[in-house]
Formats: sequence, C-alpha cells, structure tokens
Amino acid sequence: MVEGPLLEVRDVWKAFGGVQAVAGVSLRLPRGEVRALIGPNGAGKTTLLNLLTGQLACDGGVVLFKGDRISGLPPERIWRRGISRTFQITATFASLTVLENVQVAILSHQGRSRDLLSRTGRLAREAALDFLKRVGLQDQAEKMCATLSFGDLKRLELAIALANEPELLVLDEPTAGMAPQERLDLMALAVQIVRDRAVTVLFTEHDMDVVFAAAERIMVMHQGRVIAEGTPQSVREDPQVQAIYLGGLC
Amino acid sequence: MLDVIDLDAYYGLSHILFGVCLRAARGEVVALLGRNGAGKSTTLKAIMGLVPPAAGRVIFRGEDITGKPPHVICRKGIGFVPEDRRIFPDLTVWENLEVGRSVEGNGERRWTAERAFELFPALKELARRRSDSLSGGEQQMLAIARTLMGNPDLLLLDEPSEGLAPLVVRTMAEHILRLKQAGITILLSEQNLHFATRVSDRAYILEKGRIQYEGGMAELSANAEVRRRYLMV
Amino acid sequence: MALFIVQLLTGLANAMFLFLVASGLSLIFGVTRIVNFAHGSFYMLAAYLASSLAAALPLGPASFYAAVVLAPLGVALLGGLIEVCLLRRIYRAPELYQVLLTFAVVLVIGDAVKFFWGTENRTGPSPPGLSGSVPILGQLFPTYDLAILLLGPLLALGLWWVLHRTRWGILIRAATSDREMVGALGVNQAWLFTGVFVLGTWLAGLAGALQMPRVALTTVMDSTVIVETFVVVVIGGMGSAFGALLGAVLIGVLQAFGILWLPREFQLAIIFILMAAVLILRPWGLLGRPETESGTAGEALRREVGGRLRPPRWVWAGILLALMVLPSLLPTFYVWVLVEILAFALFAGSLQLLVGTGGMLSFGHAAYFGLGAYGAALLMKQAALPMPVAFLLAPLVAAAAALFFGAFCVRLSGVYFAMLTLAFAQIAFAVVHQWYDFTGGDNGILGVWPAASLAAPVRYYYLALLAAVCGLSALWRVTGSPFGYTLRAARDHPRRCQAVGVNVRSHRLLAFGVAGFFAGLGGAVFAFAKGSVFPDYLSMPMSVQSLVMVLLGGIHALAGAPVGAAVYKLLDIVITKYTGYWQAVLGGILVFLVVAFPHGLVGFVQARWARMRASLG
Repeated sequence: MVEGPLLEVRDVWKAFGGVQAVAGVSLRLPRGEVRALIGPNGAGKTTLLNLLTGQLACDGGVVLFKGDRISGLPPERIWRRGISRTFQITATFASLTVLENVQVAILSHQGRSRDLLSRTGRLAREAALDFLKRVGLQDQAEKMCATLSFGDLKRLELAIALANEPELLVLDEPTAGMAPQERLDLMALAVQIVRDRAVTVLFTEHDMDVVFAAAERIMVMHQGRVIAEGTPQSVREDPQVQAIYLGGLC
Repeated sequence: MLDVIDLDAYYGLSHILFGVCLRAARGEVVALLGRNGAGKSTTLKAIMGLVPPAAGRVIFRGEDITGKPPHVICRKGIGFVPEDRRIFPDLTVWENLEVGRSVEGNGERRWTAERAFELFPALKELARRRSDSLSGGEQQMLAIARTLMGNPDLLLLDEPSEGLAPLVVRTMAEHILRLKQAGITILLSEQNLHFATRVSDRAYILEKGRIQYEGGMAELSANAEVRRRYLMV
Repeated sequence: MALFIVQLLTGLANAMFLFLVASGLSLIFGVTRIVNFAHGSFYMLAAYLASSLAAALPLGPASFYAAVVLAPLGVALLGGLIEVCLLRRIYRAPELYQVLLTFAVVLVIGDAVKFFWGTENRTGPSPPGLSGSVPILGQLFPTYDLAILLLGPLLALGLWWVLHRTRWGILIRAATSDREMVGALGVNQAWLFTGVFVLGTWLAGLAGALQMPRVALTTVMDSTVIVETFVVVVIGGMGSAFGALLGAVLIGVLQAFGILWLPREFQLAIIFILMAAVLILRPWGLLGRPETESGTAGEALRREVGGRLRPPRWVWAGILLALMVLPSLLPTFYVWVLVEILAFALFAGSLQLLVGTGGMLSFGHAAYFGLGAYGAALLMKQAALPMPVAFLLAPLVAAAAALFFGAFCVRLSGVYFAMLTLAFAQIAFAVVHQWYDFTGGDNGILGVWPAASLAAPVRYYYLALLAAVCGLSALWRVTGSPFGYTLRAARDHPRRCQAVGVNVRSHRLLAFGVAGFFAGLGGAVFAFAKGSVFPDYLSMPMSVQSLVMVLLGGIHALAGAPVGAAVYKLLDIVITKYTGYWQAVLGGILVFLVVAFPHGLVGFVQARWARMRASLG
C-alpha cells in the first residue's frame, strides 16, 4: 500500500469581510518534505497556515492530517495530533525563563499542565535542556525570556515548537526581522534538526536566499490561490510567477 | 521637498531600517522598490510618524518633522495611504472622505468630495454605500481619495497595486499619473516593477533595510544586472 | 392587559435611563478603549446636584428644569477635567491601571457625595407640571414617565444625528474602528478623546438628573447603575450605541415584568439568564464586534521586573515564629486585627493567583469571599452543622460558585472579563441582599460564633493562622506547579499557549475555582471572627479592597498579598481614626500607586534587590 500524503488540503476557503483571503487552496504534502510557501504580501499565506493549525476556522473545504480530518479542531487539539508551529510575530512566554518556556510546552505534551501540586523546577528539565541544546541555547537556559536577543527568541520559538516531537512543523516567516547571515544560519539549523528526525516542514518566507537554500519544493500563492508549485528551479523560471510575484504585470 | 537622512527604525525588537537615505523633489514620482519584508512600509510609516524613527532625520520642505505625531505631520502636507488601505468599514464612502477632509483652510482649499469623485468617478455611485461592501480596487481608490481630502503636497502610497486585478492595476497607474499632473509629489513603495516603471521618475531599491540602488527609472529598466540581483527579474 | 401595557411602558421608561448611561459608557470605550467604572458616579453626582440646584435656584417652577439642564453640564465639565488631568496619562498603560484609576474616581466621588449630601436617602423634588398621573386603560401611569417615554426616543434620535450627520460624530465612529488611521488623516486624537469623554459623561449626567424625581437618591446609586450598565453593554455589545439601546430595552422591559411575575429573589436571575444566553451565543454582544487579538490584563504585565525575590527560609521561619508568639503579647483588640489580616491575606492571595499569575482582571472577587462567609454561616445556622464542619465546607461553596460563574467569565478576556466578574458579584450580592427568608437580607446572619473550644481569641487566632499558612502555602505551591507555569504562559501569550496544546479556557476556569476556594476560606475565617455575616462582604468596595491589597503588595509576587493585606488593614485603622472619609483617602492612595508604584511594594523591593545583586556582580 502506498502511503498517502502527511497533510492534505482540499479546496479550503476563507474570507474576511468582503476580502477573499484564501480562495480554494488544495495541496498535498508528502512525509519528510521541506516546502516553502511564498507570495506577495496579502496573498493569503499566513491565513492559510492559520487554517491548517486551527487559529482560524475554514469557511469551506477540509484539512486532513494522516488521513484524519483536522479542520474544525481547536489549535490545542491539532497540536496534540502532531502539528506544531511558530508565529510570524515572535511568540514566547516573556515572563518565564528560556528553560521554563520549553518546560511548559513539554509538560503540556506530557499531559501534566493541570498538575497543581508538583514543583515545576526539575520536571522535564533534562528534556527541555536537550531541546535548547539542539537550537544552541543551552547556555542561556536560565535567562529571562524578555532579555533575549531577537535572533535567540526565534531559536527559542523553534525549540518550543519542537517540544511535542511534531511530525509536521509549520513555520511562519521564521527569519523575519533578523540580519541576513543570521537568517541563513537559523534556517540551516532548522533544516538540519528536521532532517535528523524526518519532520515534514511547511514554511513561509520573504527572503528568497533562505527559500532557495532550504526548500525542496516551493508553492506560490497570489490573491488567495496557489498559482504555481514545483522545484525551486521550475518556480524561478515559471513565467506566471515572474509576472505576478517576482516582477511585473500590466 | 522630502529629505530622509540616515533613518533607523525598529518594529518591536526587530531592527528594520538601517540608515535609509532618500529624497523626493517637488512634482516627482519616486518609487521605493524591494521585495516583501525589505522595509518599504516601515520607511513610509517612519516618515509619517506612525513608527518612531530610532535615529536619523526626516526633513519636509526644510522643516525637521522627525518624531512628530502623525496628525501634525499630516497637517504639514503629507498624506499616507497604507498598504492594507484601512478604510473605516462601518462608515459610508462619503463619510470616509469626510474623515480625511482638512478643516484648516490651508490657504488654497483644493480638494472636495466632488473633486475626488471627478478623479475616481466609480466612487461617486457608491457615495452612500458602506465602505466594507467595496471591492479591493474601489477600496484602494477610496483610500487615496480620503487622503487627498487632507490637501497633501506629498503623497506616500504603500503598494498601491497590491492585490488588485491586472486591469485595475492599469487604471491605478493612470490615476497616479493624473495626480502627478495635479502637482502632487508622490513616494510609492512597490513590488511590481512594471507598474513602478510606468508611473515613476526615479527609483530606490531597498534590500534588507538598506538602500542598495538609486537611479532614474529608465536606467533601472536598462540595467538587467541590478534588476536580477535585487528584484529577481 | 392594561397592567401588561402599563408595565411595558414602565419598563421602557426605565430602559431610557439605562440607554443614556450605557450609550455614554459605550461611546467612551469605543474611542478611548477605557472602561470607565466611574461612569455610574457621574450619574449619581448629577442626580444629587440636580436635586440641590432645583431647590436652590430662584426661578420658581422653572428651577427644576434649569437644574435638569445645568447639572449634566456641570458633571460633563468635571468629566472633561478628569480626562485631561488623569486619564490622558494612562491611555497606553495596562488596562489594570486604567480600570483602577477610574475606580479611584468612583471612591472619591462616592465620599464627596457623602460629604456634601450626607448618607441619608433623599427624595428629589417632583417635576412641576408633570407630577401627576394619567389614566391609561384604566391604570394610572405617572405623567413624568410618559414625558420620559417621549423624550427618550428624541434623545436617541439626537445621538444618532450627532454620530451620523456631524463631522465630529463621523470622526468618533471612525476612531472607534481605527484610532491610528484617524490620527494619520490629520485629526488630533487628544481633543477627540476629551470630547467623547465629555459627551459620554454628559449622557450619564443627563440620565441622573432626569432620574432625580423618580427614585430615592442614595449613595449606592453609582454601583447599582454601573452594574446594570455593564449588563446592558455586555448584552448589546461594547462600542455600539445601538447595542446600548437594544440591551437597555431588553433589560428594562425584563425587569419590569420580573417585578410583576417573579418573587423578589429571582428577579435578578432572569437578567442573569439573558446575559448568560447572549454570552454563550455571541460573546461580544448582540451588536458588538469580536475582539481582535484580545489583550489580557497580563498583556502589559509582561515586562516583569528584574529578578525574582527568593527570601531565605529563615525569613519565613522568623515571620511564622513572630506570628506564633505575638498574640500572647498583644491586647485582644489587636489579636482580632491580626485575624482579620490573615483572612484578608487569603482573600488577596487567591486574587493574586487570578490577576497576577493568570492575568485575569477580576473585579468581583468579593463574591467568593462573601459566599465563603455566608456558606459557613448558613451551613451552621440553616443546615445545623457543627462549626468546624461548616468552616471546612465553606470554601467548597465558594469554589462551586466560582466554577459556575467562571465558566461564563473565561469566555471573555481583558476588560470584558472584568465587567462580567463584577456583574456576577453584584448579582450574588443582590441575591444575598434580597433573599430575606434564607440569608436574612441586609440584616445579615448573627451569632456565627466559633465552637466553644475555639472561641477564645488566641485559640481562634491559631485556627486562622493555620488556615492562612496552609492556604497561602497551597497557593504558593500551585503557582510553582506545572499548572501555575501554564497559567502564566497563557497570560503571557494565549495564542502561543494554545499552540502548545493547552486549552486556555479550561485552565483559566480551574484557576478561577482554586482562587474561589481560597477566597472562601478567607471568608470563613472572617465570618467566625466577626460572629456575623452581612451582604456587604460581597460588595463592590470589598472587591476593590482586595485588588488594592494585591496592588499594594505587587501583583507579581504571591508574597505581596499578605504584605498588602497587612499594610492596608493598618492604614485603615490609622486613617479611620482621623477621618470618616476612608474611601476618598483610598482613592487618593490608588491614584498615587498607579502613578508612582506601578509594580507594587514587593515589586519595588524586588527591583531594588535585582539592581543590588547586579551591582554586586
């Protein structure tokens, strides 16, 4: 039996007021692939990701993960199925230390977030340190999250997202706001981590250097639709993509 | 008319602009090109006072307006049309225009709703409609018309062609050229090179928060190397 | 049938007042994003002012009408002053501070009214020319109410005209959806804000002045009306003037028929059921808009001060030892003061879990303190349980109520959450206050004394100490547990927290239950210390007190709660020695705290501590 795609999206729609943000997107993402989702501002990329991970509800269409329908589930249930994500605007728990940020995520994964009586200090500490080591933050474990540099926050977010050992990792502009070299480094790190564990990745990104360095396949969105999909080379040469996204019109 | 000197800006913790310098002479249409996330919007917002500049200066008609509140900058004669248009959805088209209207008799009062409707005839039909029922192109026209009501001498347009259907993009270009004829200086950010080529006199290319290229629009069109490098065309 | 019509008309007349107050609150919120808890105070002030003006003006019968015009204008002027001098400083501050500041205004105006007009209920003059009744289908209906019924729609129409036909109104509506853009289009927001605030307070003032001949003027008018107003705007939708109208008509009419058909105790229940139904179906109200990217109170509290203060164990041991030894050295009066402080420490500590750790700004925490107290009293008196059993079961009563109310509250966040907690607390207060057969109404329940073996002051003190130490350590334990950390994570970033598999609502509800439990324990300690329970244990001032204690101590540290409780109680004792206007002083302290010590006393010490450690390397 041939295994179906890890993630399958069938004709998903979403409108805000009169604006059709996502207009009938379908996609199949096989296990183990690293795929980039690009497109101009307002193309609907972030909205699509929010539909996949449950932050928004679809107006129409279905999302299947490992063959099971996940559209309509709240974000926390989708996470428990094995899809984790990061946000475009860095989202961490600012009043906790770096280590505690990861601990919270691991304890949630272990189903202990309603434990009222244990002391958090040592719980899941080793595992959390292990995740921090993977993203190169082990030396900053005891720092308050609010004092981290921007690049380190992005790394921390990655560590948090890995805490449930996800099968699918969704990254919304993982390198936005970073210096050029930092961007390439962070994405290389992310790719290396996911390669080690055969995690499937779907990410949006504005920096084409990062996209072409990391993605195996690229999907291009425009006005809520997927207008092209293929290898980096084929997308780069696609005349329609050049016309709409990378260059001109009229 | 506008002189931006060594502008630095942050968005929260992330450093977006690094020493951006640019100028626009009276009557010019200047394009700010670059890919998503290059810092185009932030540059316009920093000029308008919506993002506080961390360093550098913004000089408008010889006056330092760096760090002034947006309403003061607006009254000095700079109009801003944001990328996502930000029309007031509960208000009618006419009411949206009314919000933009300048009440200070700026010497020569130029813009009225009637004149805006002359420029954008499509809006006239819609004057009494709630503006959230407008299409993307109509919303863009409304956003521009609303800003014109403040009698700006300099218009900052953030990605005017974004999200518009090809035919509407063409009309938008004509509108911008007509505004230029009316004597308004325009600084626009754009990803769409063809559109920018059609309307602009000069261009700056912004890449990762820094100005990487500056020159006439015609030169840029001729310079395949620069286009490939920064705009990937 | 005739009765039905008359009752409907009465309901509509009441609705007109609710509409005026609620539309003002809603307009102010729409533009400034501040929930003005002092809104009801302006209403009360205008009523008193109008009654005095009507008596003092030398215009004969016209004095009444002149007063009705002048009093709202005076109040609006005061509102403008308050906006310019106080609120303008805090538009960017965390909403906790905004709400506390408007609360300070509530307290000051409340005491000002007591100072100038006394605490006796007053009746306003009757309206010349409109004082009689007219027969409607054989039933008598007050002429004045009929006039109100005619005036109300005119005012609503006028408000509609201002909002839709004047430039200023258009700007107000535009600013309600996007303030920043209005600024970028050249509108000076500062004056727009002041203008809206003046208009809003004028509407509240007008309602108060018009209400003057209809109802008795009392010093609790402010809290009564603000709670009804909250219910109206929660139902109608914040920021929508038409929502206010709709909500006001629904509530006004329901109340009118409730009086007719329901026993007194259950009249409030019907409003509660309506509100609950609306909240389940449309958490943002019938005509409101869903909140975008909601803020919680924790939103701006993220900028946690410096390091964390971990006093060495001997400090705790020392304090405990002192508390063990102290009562045998103190006069009895001070032993009872200490017992009260211990009860309040539990009360404030449980609130700290909600506000500090959970970022949930509760303005009705006294409900659970009070229900703990009443639970204890009722279990002993009505269920005839022995005192120790009643004492132990009381917190469960409070926790059950907290879980029930909390289930609705956790659907909302930020100021909506705060309004709803207050509304529920006020409903609990009203039920206790009116259910004479069961709770004794405002006579309270007397003779709630500890069992004989615990009755001696020092013995009871040790029981209270045991309860407080156990309760606070349990709260401390919860704060440091995986649950506590998850709660903080949900406060810092609800969306991120959901995206690591946490059901934020259910965790917040659990926190609500835990906090209710320990507040109830505090209430039980308090009840047996006083030997009686009264409805005002559940009242709004009581809720404010607990917040002030938490704020005094610093909302980030549980250790702040007992410190805050002690400082507060001692201040109370000292200040009431010198003046009867303790609330006004409290309001002043609040203003000072919000402006000068936004991190509280313990937070202040923590920041110092962190800086000291940093300078020592």
